[in-house]
Amino acid sequence: MKGLVPVFRRELSGYFTTPVALVFIVIFLFLAGVFTFQLGAFFERGQADLVVFFNFHPWLYLFLIPAVSMRLWAEERKTGTIELLLTLPISLAAAVVGKFLAAWGFVAIALALTFPLWITTNYLGNPDNGVILAGYLGSFLMAGAFLAIGSCISATTKSQVIAFIVSVVICLLFMLAGLKEVQGFVSGWLPLEAVKVIGSFSFLSRFEAISKGVLDLRDMIFFGSIIAVFVAATGVVVNMKKAE
Amino acid sequence: MISIRNISKRYGAGSRSILAVDGVSLEVNAGEVLGFLGPNGAGKSTTMKMVTGFLTPTSGSAVVCGRDVVDDPVGVKSVIGYLPEGAPNYPDMTPAAFLDFIGQIRGFKGSEKKRKIDAVVERVHIGGVMRQPIETLSKGFKRRVGLAQAMLHEPPVLILDEPTDGLDPNQKHEVRNVIRELASRGDVNSGRAVVLSTHILEEVEAVCTRAVIIAKGKVLVDGTPAQLRSMSKYHNAVTLTVIPPLNAGGEPLNIAKEFAAITWVADVEDQGVRHVPVSAAGPGGPRQTCTLVPRGGRPLLADVTSFAKGRGWTIETIAVEGGRLDDVFREMTMRDREPARETMKAGGAR
Repeated sequence: MKGLVPVFRRELSGYFTTPVALVFIVIFLFLAGVFTFQLGAFFERGQADLVVFFNFHPWLYLFLIPAVSMRLWAEERKTGTIELLLTLPISLAAAVVGKFLAAWGFVAIALALTFPLWITTNYLGNPDNGVILAGYLGSFLMAGAFLAIGSCISATTKSQVIAFIVSVVICLLFMLAGLKEVQGFVSGWLPLEAVKVIGSFSFLSRFEAISKGVLDLRDMIFFGSIIAVFVAATGVVVNMKKAE
Repeated sequence: MISIRNISKRYGAGSRSILAVDGVSLEVNAGEVLGFLGPNGAGKSTTMKMVTGFLTPTSGSAVVCGRDVVDDPVGVKSVIGYLPEGAPNYPDMTPAAFLDFIGQIRGFKGSEKKRKIDAVVERVHIGGVMRQPIETLSKGFKRRVGLAQAMLHEPPVLILDEPTDGLDPNQKHEVRNVIRELASRGDVNSGRAVVLSTHILEEVEAVCTRAVIIAKGKVLVDGTPAQLRSMSKYHNAVTLTVIPPLNAGGEPLNIAKEFAAITWVADVEDQGVRHVPVSAAGPGGPRQTCTLVPRGGRPLLADVTSFAKGRGWTIETIAVEGGRLDDVFREMTMRDREPARETMKAGGAR
């Protein structure tokens, strides 16, 4: 895909030329710390693992990922740079994938900066580093899925605020799809198969398995497919909406 | 170099759809600077967006340097330099980073990229602001950054959507100089084709070798600026100021009425009489100015001067008009509103 690398590089460096990167990373690390040590009682548990750390990631991502993804296309459409970008000799796919990967790369940097927690755990005890690695991988994949959804929503509007709010709501639906309450709500009027399908879309239940070290190929394929489908949908939406 | 074939664009679907461009066909050759004229909403931008591959035509196609925009959009985009309307660019980036990004996308590397960027920076004079974020630059500089972006790869085809819109007169002048220079400095063999849209008529006079008027999605006129001017009813019109003789009652004679007697004068527009005090420049008294519109664009100067001389009138100033572009523009683009205006006039007279 010609042009993917320059688009990726421009987009990624774009986060760091503005305060966006700094604000995001500081808040991400701060909240991750608060959740782990205060809400999760990391020390009091007395266990050398990062389960409590990963447990809060879906909730952290619910608000922080849409904040990253909201500008992906809404800003390009608002400022008219979309016309510039899409009249450069690159394919639409290169632009869409390049921008998505940059956002994902940025979140990966933020996630990687939580490494002191890993060091701490290893200093205090003897954790199963395979489980921790699986947790990071699962968290990274889930972030990608949230981002892909957010990217698609961002392409539908010129308003970053709308992109943010709608993304949060849709991500919340995906997260909660597996909870008893949601299942109970839909099972009243939907056939059992449909309820199962809805439940299978739950980010929470799939991520829970991965964060406990259960690397099920099906869960990884699930997140991979969500990413692929929503990135492809982003391309379709961008193409449809670019004239407006 | 650009061949637009019966291209159309319809926005939306069903009864509420809008036909923005309606079967436009155009050929633009190397060395030409084509001015795309038309009122707002005429379809200028939409046509340009289709040629540059941003929008897909509803029907018809455009071929740029032998590449079809529908079949090979990336190929077309690589031979075009395009400045979108309003010259959008990434406000957080510096011109240096922005042009580097464009260079990378255009496939240049290392020293070649640096050479191309240096050359274009030199050409549009933005060397002094290369390290400032684009959002902090003045409008004129932003526009030049946009032009630099479009010209970086020295494209054979340059498409500029309202390149001088919103600039002050000095900036307009500079941008026009750059455009003129570009058109003449293309490859020795092929030259460069430049298409620019505008609704400023002086711009067409200043930089274009050819002008196309478009309204309601259709091409109405296609010719050189001089040809366009000659379509004006003021083409070869004579505007003159005369010292009118006084009649028996001491009142100045209305020379406008007298001039109407000349066979080839179709219409006389009286601009009124004013009184001039005595000065070193000449005697005081009344001066009458009027514009004589010729029948069928026939030159009037000789007829008018001999007519005045024959009656012993003193002509103080006289000028022949080439024609008024804004007049042609209005005439062409308002044509289907004409009946409405006629009725209004008739009603008012009664």
